[in-house]
Amino acid sequence: MWIYEKKLQYPVRVCRPNPRLAKEIITQYGGPDGELSASLRYLTQRYTMPTGQAIATLTDIGTEELAHMEIVAALVYQLVKDAPLHEIKEAGLSSYYADHDRALYFVNASGVPWTAAYIQSKGDPIADLHENMAAEEKARATYEWLINLSDDPDVTDVLKFLRQREVVHFQRFGETLMRVQDYLQCKKVY
Amino acid sequence: MQNEQMELMQRLRELEFAAVELNLFLDTHPENQEALRDFNRVACELAEVRQTYENKFGPTMNFGVSTSKGRWQWIDGPWPWQVGY
Repeated sequence: MWIYEKKLQYPVRVCRPNPRLAKEIITQYGGPDGELSASLRYLTQRYTMPTGQAIATLTDIGTEELAHMEIVAALVYQLVKDAPLHEIKEAGLSSYYADHDRALYFVNASGVPWTAAYIQSKGDPIADLHENMAAEEKARATYEWLINLSDDPDVTDVLKFLRQREVVHFQRFGETLMRVQDYLQCKKVY
Repeated sequence: MQNEQMELMQRLRELEFAAVELNLFLDTHPENQEALRDFNRVACELAEVRQTYENKFGPTMNFGVSTSKGRWQWIDGPWPWQVGY
């Protein structure tokens, strides 16, 4: 069960349209290291985690990632909402416009749709937790590249918040990995 | 959104951010009593601020967590991604 809260975890207020930046940021909506990938990866891996501690961590981080998906959507929505068609064409977004107008859709920065092949759910908690730590670092790196590409301080501010959350999640997954390793060691009886 | 509503929403955001952080920390440090005390304190204050916000500006959550007064306020905008929210 999930309950919706009518609130962004971090406020998004974009003052001027910028379809070029929207085209790049949308990769954190539907790209390989984006927020949809992150939330679905953790929320599907949690069923086969061996401890309540690991299940709680994957449930809670997976849930926070859904909130981040909404923040990224708000950014893209506000960046293209009032953009004139000629700017959309100049930004290289005309092929996206042909299929989706200014609607939100799960694609990466090159327009490739999201695929479940971006994520893994291995049934081995050590393998899955390592994947999650790598995923957090890849998302952090993506936010850094997006910050480099951003020419709008209001957008950069939101990207910095999201980057910081990846760092915290990496930390919590690392601690979970150690706890799960300890648990699996204790279970072995010689 | 009027100023008072923005300010209360920001207070709600700050408290809930603290709650999320403490929640994730406690997931990997469940025996930490100091974090547990902080979490419970933040959760109480968050509930108070949410009640104040909802009394003035309507429900923040669906499916029976928040109540509507007089009429069904859930459908009222602005929604979180809308400009001016």
